[in-house]
Amino acid sequence: MSAVLIFLALLASIIIWWMAQQRLTSKPWLEAEKVSSFSHFTRSSIATEKIGLGVFLAVVGALFTLFISAYFIRMGSDDWWAIPIPRVLWVNTAALVVSSITLELAKSLAQQGDDETMKFALLASLITGIGFLVGQVFAWRELVFAGYLLADNPANSFFYMITGMHGLHILGGLLVLGRTTGKVLQGKTAQQVHLSIELCAMYWHFMLLVWLVLFALFAGWANDFVDICRQLLT
Amino acid sequence: MVNIPSSIDDTIPAAEVEDVELYHSHSWWTTYVFSQDAKVIAIQYSLTAISIGLVALVLSWLMRLQLAFPGYFAFIDAEHYYQFITMHGMIMVIYLLTALFLGGFGNYLIPLMLGARDMVFPYANMLSYWLYLLAVLVLVAGFFAPGGPTGAGWTLYPPQAVLSGTPGGNDWGIILMLTSLILFIIGFTMGGLNYVVTVLQGRARGMTLMRMPLTIWGIFTATVMALLAFPALFVASVMMLFDRILGTSFFMPAIVEMGEQLKHGGGSPILFQHLFWFFGHPEVYIVALPAFGIVSDLISTHARKNIFGYRMMVWAIVVIGALSFVVWAHHMYVSGMNPKFGFFFATTTLIIAVPTAIKVYNWVLTLWRGDIHLTIPMLFALGFIVTFVNGGLTGLFLGNVVVDVPLSDTMFVVAHFHMVMGVAPIMVIFGAIYHWYPKITGRMLDETMGRIHFWVTFLGAYLIFFPMHYLGLLGAPRRYYELGETVVNPTSAHDLNIFITLMAWTVGAAQILFLFNAAWSLRRGKESGGNPWRATTLEWQTPTTPPPHGNWGKDLPVVYRWAYDYSVPGAPEDFIPQNQPDPERRSKEHST
Amino acid sequence: MAVVLVLVVIAVASVLFHLLSPWWWTPIASNWNYIDNTIIITFWITGFVFVAVVLFVAYCVFRFRHKPGNRAHYEPENRKLEFWLATVTTIGVVAMLAPGLFVWNQFVTVPQDATNVEVVGQQWQWSFRLPGANGQLGTSDTRDVSSDNPLGVKKNDAAGLDDIIVEGGELHVPIGKPVKMLLRSVDVLHDFYVPEFRAKMDMVPGMVTYFWFTPTRTGTFEVLCAELCGVGHPQMRGTVVVDTEADYQTWLEQQHTFTQMMASGEVKTTQ
Repeated sequence: MSAVLIFLALLASIIIWWMAQQRLTSKPWLEAEKVSSFSHFTRSSIATEKIGLGVFLAVVGALFTLFISAYFIRMGSDDWWAIPIPRVLWVNTAALVVSSITLELAKSLAQQGDDETMKFALLASLITGIGFLVGQVFAWRELVFAGYLLADNPANSFFYMITGMHGLHILGGLLVLGRTTGKVLQGKTAQQVHLSIELCAMYWHFMLLVWLVLFALFAGWANDFVDICRQLLT
Repeated sequence: MVNIPSSIDDTIPAAEVEDVELYHSHSWWTTYVFSQDAKVIAIQYSLTAISIGLVALVLSWLMRLQLAFPGYFAFIDAEHYYQFITMHGMIMVIYLLTALFLGGFGNYLIPLMLGARDMVFPYANMLSYWLYLLAVLVLVAGFFAPGGPTGAGWTLYPPQAVLSGTPGGNDWGIILMLTSLILFIIGFTMGGLNYVVTVLQGRARGMTLMRMPLTIWGIFTATVMALLAFPALFVASVMMLFDRILGTSFFMPAIVEMGEQLKHGGGSPILFQHLFWFFGHPEVYIVALPAFGIVSDLISTHARKNIFGYRMMVWAIVVIGALSFVVWAHHMYVSGMNPKFGFFFATTTLIIAVPTAIKVYNWVLTLWRGDIHLTIPMLFALGFIVTFVNGGLTGLFLGNVVVDVPLSDTMFVVAHFHMVMGVAPIMVIFGAIYHWYPKITGRMLDETMGRIHFWVTFLGAYLIFFPMHYLGLLGAPRRYYELGETVVNPTSAHDLNIFITLMAWTVGAAQILFLFNAAWSLRRGKESGGNPWRATTLEWQTPTTPPPHGNWGKDLPVVYRWAYDYSVPGAPEDFIPQNQPDPERRSKEHST
Repeated sequence: MAVVLVLVVIAVASVLFHLLSPWWWTPIASNWNYIDNTIIITFWITGFVFVAVVLFVAYCVFRFRHKPGNRAHYEPENRKLEFWLATVTTIGVVAMLAPGLFVWNQFVTVPQDATNVEVVGQQWQWSFRLPGANGQLGTSDTRDVSSDNPLGVKKNDAAGLDDIIVEGGELHVPIGKPVKMLLRSVDVLHDFYVPEFRAKMDMVPGMVTYFWFTPTRTGTFEVLCAELCGVGHPQMRGTVVVDTEADYQTWLEQQHTFTQMMASGEVKTTQ
């Protein structure tokens, strides 16, 4: 369970940092009337939707770190045979990176109000995103043809389950991104979709980060890293 | 810390906060069924939770019948008994308590108490309820599925949960249960995002965090915890579904089931327990923290006194919330995990006792030198203190690793957790319903019926669970369909079981009176007016009662003070609403 | 006033119930009276707190209940009082935790001279295995479980051939000698629970768990399963007999070794 505890410790430090600014040691009964002076404490200037997405990403992060925790615990048993990494995963990773970059590009283009190029960047991001998912399916097929079936070995089971879960999250993101792109194609201006794109970009970068961690996990680098940490600790 | 210039220390005009763009319903369907109004969603959540809770109540009656008169009722065989206890436990913990506190009270109170028009994401809020309803329906479907619902115990420990020796194990029961949990978690996440972000972003002008009522602190902290803890149950459920349906071996070691070698191998049942309790322990506080918060407000309002040590109460809620993520393995002292963990988890568990005890002290110190109105909400609050202290103290037995060894898996555990997370939070739920019913309906609940309901429920529940500890101390194991002839089941213990069953039926029957009262008072109850308890918090200051969609009429309230200005020296009344500026200052402004 | 009275009655009656209750733990038959003592300490501390809090609430309700013209005292907080209450609570908690951890340390530290006894759980019966003349148990594997080898003892492990197998019968242990119970399951979770021994531990398929104890009085004790293991859970009973050394030896001589069991199994199948 160390992975999830580390993740929660990170979250806790964010929460503590935030709480430190909320005057939690003040004595509210002495502060009647002081309204306007506190008004900027009542809400953050960050868009509410962004905060909502941030909280949601914390939940998604907890979900994947729990999967990773389970992966590490289960990996300790004797019947574990690591799964080979299909080459196509490298291509998929590249696609997701490109998708993330183009979305970031779309975000800054939206800020500049450059509608035309933004449309292009959004489409590129959508297509590479779909490309990632298709590639993931190819990776599954490749493994199945090579005889790495779901139930044969826990490493296989985890691979299919976690990539599947990640794929579902990407799919959800694609639906939203598709909707935003659709709106842009129907003529909405950068001004109108600016927030949507920003939210998509935030989600996309996070899912890319999750994917990179998962990739490292399946490729075995994460294990080496964990071993190093363990040696440092003991 | 931020520097506060005193020059702008003035009252300011209302409604400077931009109004939330509200979704306006156009038809009966979107007003009452597919509503995006948090208050309607709250009522939908509450009614669904109470309905499914009644199922759990009936199940508890049936299992108590079996325990008092083993084998007498032919339709309660071992399979049914295990299905009853499993469904009773799961419904009570997840589908009643969690849903009612967060989905019910959370939805109703967060926007109102914070001076918001609605939740920040009303559409997701609506989806949250419908997913919850779907989860409940899938859960109930278990009763009608071939093989019936799962009988694996609410902890659903593998491997037995997915094997044929357990009811529903190789049938639909366990699949429906896990699916229902997954749906519930997805639905809860949508609601939970709303509760958290509304507290962060939806507060009225002047409502600093330290001016929030403790109810909101409790619900807020519990929701943050739930958002982070439920994924563990989600992961465990998904993995168990894989094991059950696709034949993987996450939790399944090599097993010989009824003389036959199964295909599984190498899996770790303890891994499931870690995931389950990583959710399961925070879950206790997910139920308890809203109860802590609400009861603080009930005590303060009905004792006409500010909650004693407000800051300490807030910090205690936050500290308890944080600590509850590092105590989960105290449910696993005898699970076969590395025994060295016992030292760590016993220590963290007993540390939680300190902030919890501080909360108890502050409740009783709020009563001290108060002006205690023995209204029904106050009675339930007192009932909560007694049962919670009792149940909390027995938790010190079970948290202290070596004491847990003889007591774990006995009736002592059953008595403990029913007292602390069954009876105590339900006392708060009832207190809260009597307290807020006037705001929801504009009418008071009937006083006489309420008092009878309180006394039967409180005394009955105490008489059920207090003696039950001693059956556990004697050594009677839990989850036994029948104990039979054994050293831990003497005749006297059997008599005690009959007594407990009689009490269980009585307490259950008293709830019918409550339901009748709730229905009867809807039309015939005394009209309450907007603020019958003369309370300070914002929900009592709405221009109309019951508040309409949007809550506040034209202008949003502005908050001038904390939530506990009761009996302030020099004030004309014994309460000053949060949105009321200082009368002196107002008159000064008028004169200038 | 009824409230005050009821609260006082609850505090007093709960204590009386505790003192007069006929439901008390079974007479102990192992060295774990340390555990009983820790429970007693915990009862004292928690009982005191419970009575104090409930009586205090009763007094508050009695003294400060609403009367016309009353007004509550205004006191937002009292840091000194809160500090002292927290300190006293911490001391109480430490007074329970410290002996608890001390005894837990004993509980998890198995004496060097403890004899291994294996318990195997399956739905829904207990089996036992004792080391044979060589003093050690052979290895085992759930994969080797079959109808003639119900415990899955490895046939190619010489150390296991002289192991004594007690299938579905009763286990005997000699008095006064520490025993390390090695717990194994071939299907689901079980829990080896003898109320008189106080100790218990889950049995988890795929791994070996353990606890230790020293029997301190002779007698016959019932084994219960304390972890839900399916519909037969309540029927999963067994027997442990604590013998004097001489009785134990007599019993031991009557038992069959793994080799003998395999041989008789073969005879059965050839017949």
